[in-house]
Amino acid sequence: MADYVLVESRDPFEYTDTGYFYQIAADLSEAGNNVTFFLVQNGVLTVRKGMSNSVVEKLQKAAPGVKILADEFSLRERAITDQKLVSGVVSSDVDQLVDMLAVSGVKAIWH
Amino acid sequence: MTTSRKKSITIALMDPPYESGTTTTALRIVDAALRKGISVNVFAYEGAVNLTMKGQAPHPNPIKGTSIEEQDHPSTAKFIAGLFTLGQSNPKLEWVNCGLCIDERGSGDWIDGPRRGGPGDLFKFSKESTNTLVIGTR
Repeated sequence: MADYVLVESRDPFEYTDTGYFYQIAADLSEAGNNVTFFLVQNGVLTVRKGMSNSVVEKLQKAAPGVKILADEFSLRERAITDQKLVSGVVSSDVDQLVDMLAVSGVKAIWH
Repeated sequence: MTTSRKKSITIALMDPPYESGTTTTALRIVDAALRKGISVNVFAYEGAVNLTMKGQAPHPNPIKGTSIEEQDHPSTAKFIAGLFTLGQSNPKLEWVNCGLCIDERGSGDWIDGPRRGGPGDLFKFSKESTNTLVIGTR
């Protein structure tokens, strides 16, 4: 069992391959790994409440063990307040991302 | 007897200045790490070798009607110079600009701090770091 940090900086509206990254997160979690999905930049656009065919809700359903974090700075830039955040997603920041990167053995992937 | 290795993070960057929000995020990560006492190695290649160009100059904003001084337009080189102030020794910021990428772009005149290097530096950084984050471009 390994620890993964997957950093998603892209949104599915502009990049069709983000779906594969969400799928990787789900597959890794289902394989028994600890997975943190860290959304940053336009990656946070998926956590706005009310998104139809929500990729975040699909991930939460497929792999409830995945921890989904959204960078607060990116959220603020895009006017996504806590009230507009989809349930289950936690507001975070790069400090927390650094804390995860600084743990020996954690595997980090940026998309 | 146990030995503990000091924590460090290696980041590989490709994006040129002002083209992508990724540059801002990457510099935020470097800043956060240094403030936590974690040393950072940056391997800048492709367009990212332009991030530290000494010749970057601010400009006024004719739409807002602000002068150069009033606008105080930030430059990536200025941000990175600030990061070098944070990472002078412990923690330490090491910044390598890929030599071939510099030559292709004529970007050899940079602020104090970075040095010229190559992929061997990225490999060495990666081997010696707690973690490595490769931030690709489009």
